[in-house]
Amino acid sequence: MNDSTLLRTPLYDLHVEAGGKMVPFAGYEMPVQYPLGIMKEHLHTREKAGLFDVSHMGQAYIRSKDGSDPAAIIEHLMPSALAVLKPGKMRYTVLLNDRGGIEDDLMVTRTFEPEGTLYVVVNAACKDKDYDWLEEKLGDRITLEPLEDRALLALQGPKAEEVLSAMAANVADLNFMEATMVTLEGVVCWVSRSGYTGEDGYEISVPSDEAEAFARRLLAHDDVEWIGLGARDSLRLEAGLCLSGHDFNSEVSPVAANITFALGKKRKEAGDFVGADRILSELADGPDMIRVGILPSGRAPAREGTDIADSTGAIIGKITSGGFGPTFGGPVAMGFVPKDFADEGTKLHLMIRGKAHEAVVASTPFVPQRYKRKQP
Amino acid sequence: MTKYTEDHEWIDVDGDIATVGITDYAQKALGDVVFVELPETGASFSAGDEVSVVESVKAASEVYAPLTGEITEINEALEGDPSLVNTSPTADGWFFKMKLANVGDLDGLMDEEAYKAHVAGLD
Repeated sequence: MNDSTLLRTPLYDLHVEAGGKMVPFAGYEMPVQYPLGIMKEHLHTREKAGLFDVSHMGQAYIRSKDGSDPAAIIEHLMPSALAVLKPGKMRYTVLLNDRGGIEDDLMVTRTFEPEGTLYVVVNAACKDKDYDWLEEKLGDRITLEPLEDRALLALQGPKAEEVLSAMAANVADLNFMEATMVTLEGVVCWVSRSGYTGEDGYEISVPSDEAEAFARRLLAHDDVEWIGLGARDSLRLEAGLCLSGHDFNSEVSPVAANITFALGKKRKEAGDFVGADRILSELADGPDMIRVGILPSGRAPAREGTDIADSTGAIIGKITSGGFGPTFGGPVAMGFVPKDFADEGTKLHLMIRGKAHEAVVASTPFVPQRYKRKQP
Repeated sequence: MTKYTEDHEWIDVDGDIATVGITDYAQKALGDVVFVELPETGASFSAGDEVSVVESVKAASEVYAPLTGEITEINEALEGDPSLVNTSPTADGWFFKMKLANVGDLDGLMDEEAYKAHVAGLD
């Protein structure tokens, strides 16, 4: 794809004005970093509040054709408890193929519409594929309406609540994975308490033609800085969160990807989703290969694609995400190893530029998640 | 005398010993440096060989031997504080010293004026 065919988000001009270094990403021209640089952008998000343009991601409404609950229908392709979602509640889930492999991961939220309409957000690189797959498998029962006229912003970090609640006090009342409709300075937005950095924060779906003015108002706050794709990646890696197409793909099951928390308890018992045979047998017996957190012992970052070896030098796996964790203060990684090598503390070797570097299997997240969960 | 390569290395020459680092332009392009893999003292390299790797938060980039020679010293301070490459690229952030096999090879590299013109042509 050459640059002339790349798409731009409604915030493109604002990124350029802010000095964003624009690069091709998932068919869009997106800012990889701003003049602050990846390291400072990352740390700023963990200390104050970072603003991310995630408008390239796919936002859509899903409705049923017969007026029944659309969540009950899409559960056929998603193994999480979705039909039980009450209005204003959201869940992380995966879109499965017939083999039980993960086509994509996504957020599903129940809106307040009386029909039980769902609002979903899928990865930018997968949106066409995801929509086609949903249409192919469920198109006779659901309609999927992509929201092409909406931008999506994420405001993440410990100051996010203070910044956003100054514009609409009730966003402070949202708990992690809850969403609501809010009027932010005259603009009707769909706001959720969610994100992909490990920090508390919000994702705000705003009409495209209001996006720039809204972003400017957020950026006017001293604690808010633009954050690019580079820091977005290091933040989610430190938080131990998977990147679609890297830490899993259409061949990898949710069990192998080690995101079984996304599987609903009753859904597992019922086995009522595509690929259930494989997923349930992997749950019982363990997958052949499983994603684990990996901490290199030295200072050398182990990037995606780095071979993982055992103590004899035999190659047993691969790093799927890896780099330097600015808050962690050293290299962090995730990769796939055989289940016998998956226990915490297991020693591994990472083959970086032909040399074996020591590493150990470690628990994730590498940096504690600070979501604002509902108090019990 | 300081010379430069097209790959944005600087070479400071004293007799037949060359101190090598990366330029301010290079460190800015790389961003925050988090790790530098240095060669071993005593190792020999031909001009153009991959001799070192510098890793930023973003990515890994190779550093090539600007000339043929043998490594006589490495900057061990970079192990503890790789950010010296960002904060002091042309002084405290040097990478290694090498004993040149042929000092005359320096004539093939750019002087400061030529390097500035080279960089100007890139932006």
